[in-house]
Amino acid sequence: MNDNIIDLTLWQLLSAYVFIILLLIIVKLRKIPRNKEILISTLRMTFQLLIVGYILMYLFDNPHPLLTTAVVLIMVTFAIWNIYKRVRMDLNKKMKKIIAISMAAGTLSSLIYFNFVVIQFSPWYEPRYFIPIAGMIIGNSMTGITLGVQTLMENMKDQRSRVEAALMLGATPKEATRKMVNQAFDSAILPTINSMVGTGIVFLPGMMTGQILAGVNPVTAIEYQIAILLGVAGAVALTVILFVQNGYKVFFNERKQLEGGE
Amino acid sequence: MFTFQDVVYKDILKLNKLTINKRQITCLVGESGTGKSTLLKLMNNMISSTSGTIFYNETPVEELDPVEIRRDISMLSQSPVLFGETVKDNLEAGLIFADKPLADEEKLIETMNYFYLHKNLEENAETLSGGEQQRLALSRMILLDSSVFLLDEPTSALDEDLEHKVMERFIDHARKHEKTVVFVTHSKTIAKAFADNIVDITPFSIKGSVKRER
Ligand SMILES: Nc1ncnc2c1ncn2[C@@H]1O[C@H](COP(=O)(O)OP(=O)(O)OP(=O)(O)O)[C@@H](O)[C@H]1O
Ligand SMILES: [Mg+2]
Repeated sequence: MNDNIIDLTLWQLLSAYVFIILLLIIVKLRKIPRNKEILISTLRMTFQLLIVGYILMYLFDNPHPLLTTAVVLIMVTFAIWNIYKRVRMDLNKKMKKIIAISMAAGTLSSLIYFNFVVIQFSPWYEPRYFIPIAGMIIGNSMTGITLGVQTLMENMKDQRSRVEAALMLGATPKEATRKMVNQAFDSAILPTINSMVGTGIVFLPGMMTGQILAGVNPVTAIEYQIAILLGVAGAVALTVILFVQNGYKVFFNERKQLEGGE
Repeated sequence: MFTFQDVVYKDILKLNKLTINKRQITCLVGESGTGKSTLLKLMNNMISSTSGTIFYNETPVEELDPVEIRRDISMLSQSPVLFGETVKDNLEAGLIFADKPLADEEKLIETMNYFYLHKNLEENAETLSGGEQQRLALSRMILLDSSVFLLDEPTSALDEDLEHKVMERFIDHARKHEKTVVFVTHSKTIAKAFADNIVDITPFSIKGSVKRER
């Protein structure tokens, strides 16, 4: 399938770093203090990808169900940990638990459906398929749920008095937070929905670009891409729904009183 | 109807004994920060006391379902809050929250007018003045037809004249329909004019209550 692939030489690859040098010069001229961040990000990207490349090579050469499972579980764990870090607010234990459960249940069930019903490759643990698909589903769900957590927490903080006033009139916590919960869901899935609209016209999604560059027939690449986009949308929606359906409860105690803020 | 027995809330409020009678108008007065809002919130279980017991019709509030209590004992928050976009959304919000049947438009308008508020139902509520929003909130509250109304400074944004007129309407309605009302005010005239019972809250205790005959 990839007879006509051009393997980049080291020099070709290095020449791509000219883009970063250009960026560094511009930033320097404009006196934007971002030199360090750009350098560190570039280095991290390079090393992470190199390491991942070698790990993937090993996995592809030694397919094993346990290895594939372990890698996917590590990816989910890392994604959860990353969500905790990316939300710029203190998360309490209960909130962290709900995030972890939503993320694990949402991504793993979507992944299983996608692999066993939609793509149906064999053996089922074939790392060449399993791992990149898992990466896309987990990565996008992670971004979605981060936005959802962020929006929900901000809304609950800004609109605390409104929630309180609703409770005073006899609202259940669910009813009192309905608007905020819906907003959190919206903001979490909007990027995914928007990316579907722009796909193909504004940009070619990463996976498709990669496949086409690697010599796959564009129509095949597009078929995969459509399936992946649908799978990702479903996984993000499921993960975020699981989160918001339970996330709001963290703000109330068993007497249906608002917690915290004391 | 309400009995407070050795109720303590953190280091904010301490009540050895306080009784609030059914179908009476009770007024809470006291300096800012002495715990008047806190006392109201204890009554419909928006917060739970640190120690002591609050009885509502002989049952400790902690044994009642919190949402059910708040549907029976509605509370108006100290700062008026808007729910939804239009005046109509705002009037209906309480009924939706309390899971009660919606009122028809005529009733909504009538209630609003009762508090001297003459607005179009489709008008955007955000453009209403502070005092108008307070009367909107009061209308939302009275539509609920609960048995107890807790009002936290319901008319603080109104001028003296209108304040008197609006409170008069509310209290009239409450007496006619045999409601129990507990309200907080900083206005001595309002307290004297409408309350059967004035409770003066001083920091960390209740000083004395002035009973008066109706
Ligand atoms: N949840 C809470 N945790 C800790 N302190 C609180 C809490 N709620 C209120 N307070 C404090 O308790 C005190 C009483 O508050 P409260 O709102 O009951 O006063 P208030 O009598 O209603 O005052 P105002 O007339 O200004 O409305 C205040 O000092 C307030 O800062
Ligand atoms: Mg107060």
